[in-house]
Amino acid sequence: MSASSVSAAEVRAPRLAASRPGSAQKTPRYAAAPSRLTRWIILGVTGVLFIIPILAMIEFSLRVGQTGTYGFEHYAAIFTAGQAGTYDVLFQGILNSIGICIVTVAIVLVLLLPTMILVELKYPKLRGALEFICIIPITIPSIVLVVGFIPVYSVVARIFGSNAWTLAFAVGIIVLPYAYRPIAANLAAVEVVTLSEAARSLGASWGHVLWRVILPNLRSGILSACFITIAVVLGEYTIASFLSQNTFQTALVLVQHTDPYVAVIFAVFALVFAFILLLVIGRLGSLGRNRRAA
Amino acid sequence: MTTTVVASVAPAESTRGAEVTTPRRRVPAWLGLISFGAYVVLFLAIPAVLAVASGFFDGAGDFTFANFAAYANPTILQNFVASLWISALTAILGAVLGAIICFALLGTRSDRMLRSTVDSASSVLAQFGGVMLAFAFIATIGVQGVLTKWLVSIGITPNVFTNFNSNGPLLYQIPGLVIPYLYFQIPLMVLTFMPAMEGLKSTWAEANATLGGTRFTYWTRIGMPILAPAFFGSLILLFANSFSSYATAAALISQGGIIPLAIRQQLTSETIVGVANVAGVLALGMVVVMIILMTAYSALQRRASRWRR
Repeated sequence: MSASSVSAAEVRAPRLAASRPGSAQKTPRYAAAPSRLTRWIILGVTGVLFIIPILAMIEFSLRVGQTGTYGFEHYAAIFTAGQAGTYDVLFQGILNSIGICIVTVAIVLVLLLPTMILVELKYPKLRGALEFICIIPITIPSIVLVVGFIPVYSVVARIFGSNAWTLAFAVGIIVLPYAYRPIAANLAAVEVVTLSEAARSLGASWGHVLWRVILPNLRSGILSACFITIAVVLGEYTIASFLSQNTFQTALVLVQHTDPYVAVIFAVFALVFAFILLLVIGRLGSLGRNRRAA
Repeated sequence: MTTTVVASVAPAESTRGAEVTTPRRRVPAWLGLISFGAYVVLFLAIPAVLAVASGFFDGAGDFTFANFAAYANPTILQNFVASLWISALTAILGAVLGAIICFALLGTRSDRMLRSTVDSASSVLAQFGGVMLAFAFIATIGVQGVLTKWLVSIGITPNVFTNFNSNGPLLYQIPGLVIPYLYFQIPLMVLTFMPAMEGLKSTWAEANATLGGTRFTYWTRIGMPILAPAFFGSLILLFANSFSSYATAAALISQGGIIPLAIRQQLTSETIVGVANVAGVLALGMVVVMIILMTAYSALQRRASRWRR
């Protein structure tokens, strides 16, 4: 983490120094970085190509029937039809997804986080094993896990009932790689062992060490892990559809068949919401870096 | 590397010293690992084993290899081939285009707005898109999509989007998946390849210039050879990503066509092949492909990390 930002700084510094002598081309001829013009042509073209589908969704959601006129009818319909119960399945799906989010975040905070801290403090030899376990879900396709989740969930349903929140157990596994990385990066950057040693030698109890020393130091990593967990849960479709649970994504697919406009409206909102969520994660990460550097 | 090892070994001993005074601590600490271990066994190990093992049992629950006859079925074979070529095509295109974007981002500061925006947008598309990407393309190149309607309005009525291969709208066919897939493959390439790109040291460019090299020789003699392992590693990751992705295809195509969709058909109705647990057999096939890919990936990753110090 810090190594990459240091090397980035090395790449930058000579460029700035070399570009000062005021040549027309800002970038020196030998540097690896592209010229300003090349950069903005590439980024401009990709930017346009990637924004077209998003703009198309917005255009689509503003259409009024097949007439070719535009209006906010479909947006208004979400609220007026709310009483009629047209989109009940969608609202229920969103509620279920929020419930699953809460339980999944709890799994990350109660099962994964303490295990990672424990391994870091007391069982450093298990660090490699823990990392391996947390990476596995990336290598097994969700659709393969689903084949195994179906028999497992026939047991889960007998114990907890077939409530939507039970999906969090399965989603928690999918989330592992994403939640593990920010916390691990944070753990690596903070000398947890030294800090807890110092706190212990000053007479703090383990509870104090955890609550007043370790957790505050891991704040940005934990927050990132929680946000990425929320994003993954809200975007999860495969497992929910096969375990016949109504979540945000499965509801979107259902609604899409009857009212594509509303499905598209919610999809745009979800994409923008996830974008902002991840933008915040990015800022959190760079804030953490700046503080350590200073 | 060595410093972290030393740092973690020494305190481990002193905490053990602390435990001697309060022996009760050892039990809860151990239990902490147990609860996570139990969770992983119940919801990762058991489902993974069940998924793969189910392919080895027949309808009556007896061990058999007969289910692998499914791979002799032409439909299943076609699905597998389609999965492989879609993954290969989108991986290669995604890797090349993504690498060009990484090149364009070279020299921008990672804590500035441009990079934060690119990073977040890439994460959204690469990890969150799924079903919503499918909707985006229904609105863009579907039958009523913006681009489709625009082509019709300028007079190109039977265009590539409305009728591809005289088989109906492009978006609802397997080749049509290439376009939405690229919209999560390119962002994934940017996410995975950018760290390697940033690892290029400015001193190498300066050395190249001192020795009389041009930017062209810099890229052909230094940049590309150094980045090659990372590039091919990312390429494999992209292949694996598109091979295992399901949501986008499922939202667009209601029948089979690629392996994840074939698994859906098998799980919802046992129709294609006359043997039991075909879903398990197909899952095993996917896992085998993924294991090969990941082995190659970790080998390339080791090769790539050689220059990252």
